[in-house]
Amino acid sequence: MRSVRALAAMAALSLLTVPTTIFAGEGKQGGVLRMYHRDSPANASIHEGATYSINVPFMGVFNNLVIYDQHIAQNSPDTLRPELAESWAWVNDNKTLTFKLRQGVKWHDGKPFTSADVKCTFEMLMGKSQQKFRQNPRKAWYSEVNDISTNGDFEVSFNLKRPQPSLLALLASGYTPVYPCHVSPGDMRTNPVGTGPFKFVEFKANESIKLVRNPDYWKRGRPYLDGIEYTIIPNRSTAILAFVAGKFDMTFPTHITIPLLKDVKSQAPNAVCVVEPTNVSTNIIVNSTSAPFDNIDIRRAMAMALDRKAFVNILFEGQADIGGTMLPPPQGIWGMPKDRLESIPGYGPDVNANREEAKKLMQKAGYGPDKHLAVKVSTRNLAEYRDPAVILIDQLKSIYIDGELDVVETANWFPKVARKDYMLGLNLTGNSVDDPDQSFYENYSCGSERNYTNYCNKEIEKLFDAQSQEIDVSKRKQLVWDIDKKLQEDVARPIIFHARAGTCWQPYVKGITIMSNSSYNGFRYEDVWLDK
Amino acid sequence: MFAYLVRRLFLMLVTLFGISVVIFFLLRIVPGNIVDILFAAAGYVDPADKANLEKELGIDQPLVVQYWHWISGLLRGDFGYSYVSEKPALQEILPRIPITARLAGLALLFSASIGIPLGVISAVKQGTRLDYTLRVISLSGLSLPSFWLGLLILTASVSFFGQMPIFNPNPKTFLEAFATYAVPAAAVGFRSAALTMRITRSSMLEVLRQDYIRTARAKGASDASVNYHHALKNAILPVITVIGIEAAFLIGGLIVTETVFNIPGVARFLVEAIRWRDYPIVQNLVMFIAVVVVFANFIVDMLYAVFDPRIRFTD
Repeated sequence: MRSVRALAAMAALSLLTVPTTIFAGEGKQGGVLRMYHRDSPANASIHEGATYSINVPFMGVFNNLVIYDQHIAQNSPDTLRPELAESWAWVNDNKTLTFKLRQGVKWHDGKPFTSADVKCTFEMLMGKSQQKFRQNPRKAWYSEVNDISTNGDFEVSFNLKRPQPSLLALLASGYTPVYPCHVSPGDMRTNPVGTGPFKFVEFKANESIKLVRNPDYWKRGRPYLDGIEYTIIPNRSTAILAFVAGKFDMTFPTHITIPLLKDVKSQAPNAVCVVEPTNVSTNIIVNSTSAPFDNIDIRRAMAMALDRKAFVNILFEGQADIGGTMLPPPQGIWGMPKDRLESIPGYGPDVNANREEAKKLMQKAGYGPDKHLAVKVSTRNLAEYRDPAVILIDQLKSIYIDGELDVVETANWFPKVARKDYMLGLNLTGNSVDDPDQSFYENYSCGSERNYTNYCNKEIEKLFDAQSQEIDVSKRKQLVWDIDKKLQEDVARPIIFHARAGTCWQPYVKGITIMSNSSYNGFRYEDVWLDK
Repeated sequence: MFAYLVRRLFLMLVTLFGISVVIFFLLRIVPGNIVDILFAAAGYVDPADKANLEKELGIDQPLVVQYWHWISGLLRGDFGYSYVSEKPALQEILPRIPITARLAGLALLFSASIGIPLGVISAVKQGTRLDYTLRVISLSGLSLPSFWLGLLILTASVSFFGQMPIFNPNPKTFLEAFATYAVPAAAVGFRSAALTMRITRSSMLEVLRQDYIRTARAKGASDASVNYHHALKNAILPVITVIGIEAAFLIGGLIVTETVFNIPGVARFLVEAIRWRDYPIVQNLVMFIAVVVVFANFIVDMLYAVFDPRIRFTD
């Protein structure tokens, strides 16, 4: 009898504890998440955009084949999760990536999702279909894909020219949603149709973006929110004041600069704020096709004169990262370890010693205290470009270089760079996926459209391919570090720092994770809920 | 009076034609076009894609052909499509006009209802403590930029009341509607009120020294009758001119105020459209503003004629 009582007591206890555990992890249904948006995106088509002004509001409309776990801050091969694909497998000596697709998924207009949608999306991205995107900024991501084949309605294969394990990482980016075949690219710009947790309602340019819960979402019980509303507020002061006054549940992700973060915390002490790297590097583009920077000594001297810590202290109150091309650890997966980084000329901790070396190189090139080199430092007319450019000009003075700021309007920036009508340029490079294949091929490969300086090194090109095919992650890392070091030594695009930025939300907003090595991949928001 | 009206109407049409030419060609002189900006946002430039897009938007055609398309379209009532949103330009512009019109109207009302009486008081009480106080206030109104005043108002409302007078597209009560427009209108109208007050004061002072004012007083007219009936009626002409010009200049102040208070009116939309080089929006919107300004001047001319009959006979 005693044992029966004990069993009953245990059963009762378990009944009490189990539901509590479940409820603690479960969100509440309902409510509209109110956010501000920092600017008005050109349109709603993620595939045609190259700024996370598009990903943030529209990622929730779509699904990918695979996605990075939305609750783990660091994107890595270990955090890849199935989404429209239920499973995947590498076959044919790792040259074919086959996905088994989820069945019963419907587009927001009620049409069924099939493998044909996957095929047509990626053929459009590869430029192989009748319908064309107006712009296709990530076409290079699929340069190793030969073709896409389907086997019935629910199996699709990417047939590659050579193994490329990083293809999965690229497919998991917020930039890689699957589009429906039956909607034209033009309609996707103005009235996007997806399979995702939120349906598009309206986008009023310069005013607002509205999404509503998809009641037929294939993932049962999701999303929690009834909708998401973005009010477009380009003025940062107004937007932050409105958040402080409780008009918004959340700021635009990574919109709070480090100096502003203190203001927000003092005015809204209950707000939850996190600071993460954005995987956007501030760097120098060097026109090495004409004098004086066709002289490698002057390029190296300039790179060696940089006091990166000063940039970080002035602009970020110490909260930014120094690294090479790849985002440095611990948030970055592929960044060089500190000792390797500091072995690169100009990265050593003794700035004065670095500058003495730099001066010798300048003197070798014919410059000195009596003969300064006059250069123009061109940059875009935005604070995040202008401010570091001013510091750069100040630092270059120490090695006989007199810089002059040349502020260029956005509309003229890329045409100017493409014409090679600049000497030095202060540039920002955002990396949408923390993977070397994305960064190396896009920014440093011969002939790439985003390789602004036309840096072309056939030896490094071979290493790009070698690391890209390497399946063993630790071996790949070694190769990546070698490449990164060589890129810095070649002064291909000297990296000054990797920025960090803050995001804040009201304490009742739950289920938000700000990605720590990407600003592009964490906005599905199907698990976000409001505790009020 | 009829000949005067016809002549003014003709001049108005000639002015609008001239403005359309200037708007169109100045906009094309500005470096870069929508295609450059779209590719800048995409971070790359593909010459073939760029050429396709330019062809699609029709900006590869000779300027004269583009101008003809625009003007002939306008005459047919076809305002074209926004390059950015791909929606009809009229559909983008029209809903924003009443918002800005309400804001501008309220700002002008604020300017006239505060500026004119205070200007009169300041002139009548010349040299007194009240006059000096009002002059300091008007000077501060002219010195404070509206964006700064706007931010100050926003910061103060959040700090002291925990409230944000940000634009409410669907006000439920009169108070909400008033709050939506009154605060930004006051921010932008403060400068106009100060200007109106200064002009009213100086114009009044000049008139108050005239012989007929002394005669009126000698005849035993009351102060109120002299100040408002005899003096103000004659002093009001320069004030009307200034308010008319202010109506035109207001759009400049509204750009900043609409940005600070996040009001989705035409002024902010225009700046955004210029940034994107969204020609159909910019051309039509600037043309619309030009029509408003030219029309405001026309009304001022007509009011002049009404208030001072000498003008219609001598013009």
